[in-house]
Amino acid sequence: MNIVVCVKYVPDAQSDRTFNESDNTTDRVGVDGLLSELDEYAVEEALKLVEAGEGEVTVVTVGPDQAADALKKALQMGADKAVHVKDDAIHGSDAVATSLVLAEAIKKTGTPDLVITGMASTDGTMSVVPAMLAERLGLPQVTFASELSVDGSTVTIRRDGDAASETIVATLPALVSVTDQINEPRYPSFKGIMAAKKKPVEEWALADLGIDASQVGLDAAWTKVESFTKRPPREQGQIVTDDGDGGTKLAEFLAAQKFV
Amino acid sequence: MPATRLMPTEEGQDLIDLTREICQKELLPQVDEAERRAATTPELPRDAFRVLGRAGLLSLPYPEDFGGGGQPYEVYLQVVEEIASVWMSVAVGVSVHSLTCYPVAEFGSRAQQEALLPAMLSGDQLGAYCLSERNSGSDVASMSARATADDEADPTAYTLKGTKAWISHAGHADFYTAFVRTSDDGGRGLSCIVVPGDAEGLAFGAPEKKMGLHCDTVSEVHFEGVQVPADRLVGTPGQGMAIALSALDSGRLGIAAAATGLAQAALDRAVAYAKEREQFGRPIGDNQGLAFLLADMEAAVTSARASYLHAARLHDAGRPFTKEAAVAKLVCTDNAMRVTTDAVQVLGGAGYTQDFPLERYMREAKVTQIFEGTNQIQRLVISRQLLKNSSSLSKRG
Ligand SMILES: Cc1cc2nc3c(=O)[nH]c(=O)nc-3n(C[C@H](O)[C@H](O)[C@H](O)COP(=O)(O)OP(=O)(O)OC[C@H]3O[C@@H](n4cnc5c(N)ncnc54)[C@H](O)[C@@H]3O)c2cc1C
Repeated sequence: MNIVVCVKYVPDAQSDRTFNESDNTTDRVGVDGLLSELDEYAVEEALKLVEAGEGEVTVVTVGPDQAADALKKALQMGADKAVHVKDDAIHGSDAVATSLVLAEAIKKTGTPDLVITGMASTDGTMSVVPAMLAERLGLPQVTFASELSVDGSTVTIRRDGDAASETIVATLPALVSVTDQINEPRYPSFKGIMAAKKKPVEEWALADLGIDASQVGLDAAWTKVESFTKRPPREQGQIVTDDGDGGTKLAEFLAAQKFV
Repeated sequence: MPATRLMPTEEGQDLIDLTREICQKELLPQVDEAERRAATTPELPRDAFRVLGRAGLLSLPYPEDFGGGGQPYEVYLQVVEEIASVWMSVAVGVSVHSLTCYPVAEFGSRAQQEALLPAMLSGDQLGAYCLSERNSGSDVASMSARATADDEADPTAYTLKGTKAWISHAGHADFYTAFVRTSDDGGRGLSCIVVPGDAEGLAFGAPEKKMGLHCDTVSEVHFEGVQVPADRLVGTPGQGMAIALSALDSGRLGIAAAATGLAQAALDRAVAYAKEREQFGRPIGDNQGLAFLLADMEAAVTSARASYLHAARLHDAGRPFTKEAAVAKLVCTDNAMRVTTDAVQVLGGAGYTQDFPLERYMREAKVTQIFEGTNQIQRLVISRQLLKNSSSLSKRG
């Protein structure tokens, strides 16, 4: 079974994340980035499926030069090969354009039996790319899988909702997005790090995918960030010192805020 | 702030990144609680070693042919330092494990290497290094634990009797790299024998109650007539002292690196606190008297790192490094003691409580001045190296 996993390079949530002053897009250059943690679950699930049977895992990313780090991490975990679509014209693309580029890149890799994505990116957190991508590829979309199994020509997933858990079956090829409940992603091993250095990474530009620059980028985006303001720093709370009447003071505070 | 590192290779940098990730996600969340628990009920965090082993971090400085990482000491030691900056006991364990593999890897026959190393380096196993005895600490050559051959002329097996003391990983190890007496020839009568962890007649004392480093569980190892096939004797009978000293040259670099990581952690905590804590209406770090303390700590950590890396590079280049390793052990561990003590000072009363890990760091630093050769013994090694060759300067006269 051949699986394509879409992965995204995102700013490290641990560091200070900001926007570019010039065009209000996410600053991906001035901050440390990494493979979106939610995509690690997708890579892990693909590796498990292939290890249990046969086939190859190809990871695909659309992003700037540094996005190669996300691919590297996935290859170190055990993916077989990688595709990096990069083109200056892609900068500022919205989900619609990103799904277009991903779809064309996946088509160019061949005809995978399964496309797996994370449930969302840790920076944009929109969760729409998987659905758009399935639509563009003409594949059944089974999203938010917390459990996944493949049996012959079908894939079965469990989707956990607030009120019920659904079991959903789709015919292959299909697109599945997975949640952070589905598995425990592995760390790369030192051997994986060494092996990754020899794995093929293809670099494609828009022209290689037959996409015109006018279809992507900030100018083609359906939505735009007009302005941004930094969230104000949190103010210090009120401290109640207990001089024997702490309980009364607490109750007074809560009453004043209309909590009680 | 993570230490600035100039790694010699891209894979070396990747290894540091991997180590940092595993430390942050796997070790950091459990260290405080595990050390606190182990203070009353000593317990080796075996799972932490499993995670490191699976990632290939337990066998970095050994040949790839046998399952090692084939990494130079320059890289391996910085990985140990990174681990120590999050969990000192585990970093010491990694260093001790490396030490236990050393005799077979460096002095073993090809047959022994093929038979023993793949399992030792697999990442699943943990070794123990049995050198010290109650009455034979710094004075290794005075040890009394003994191995007797079944046939002096052509031994097929040895029987081990005696007790080793302060042995890290005792009772948990998969194998025991033991130094025992095979003849009464003082330092020339010692041999190195690798004892399987499940050997009959192997018994253990109660865990020592220590000042710190609680997750490095330490106890006596009793050899109560343990039978071991003769092909488990590494090198030749009588070569034990030379093997032990050679192993310690490398092993003490692991301790030097770990001590540096510990000092770095203390420094980082102290700097963060100095920026946040306000007295007299301003951050305490704004007082030059305190800021200079931090500057001295930074200078100590940075120069400690430089000293162990210098020894490591000599090692990697195949040059003699005994003196430099002893200098590194001395400098890095003395610095760690000072830096962790000063870090407690920076935090004031808070530093003295268990609400912060600084008091623990200080207790952990102390042992680095003691094990793998006390710092007095390091001075002995250094001065002997200095004085052993007749100086060409004095001859010129
Ligand atoms: C936590 C911990 C883990 C350990 N793990 C291991 C292990 O895994 N395997 C193992 O084999 N051992 C281990 N040890 C033992 C350790 O290596 C010894 O404690 C150390 O070598 C010192 O020996 P000693 O305690 O007998 O001290 P002693 O040799 O009795 O020394 C006492 C004091 O005298 C000084 N001294 C001794 N001789 C001289 C001299 N010639 N000149 C000047 N000063 C001198 C020493 O520096 C020290 O200050 C461990 C110890 C600890 C505390």
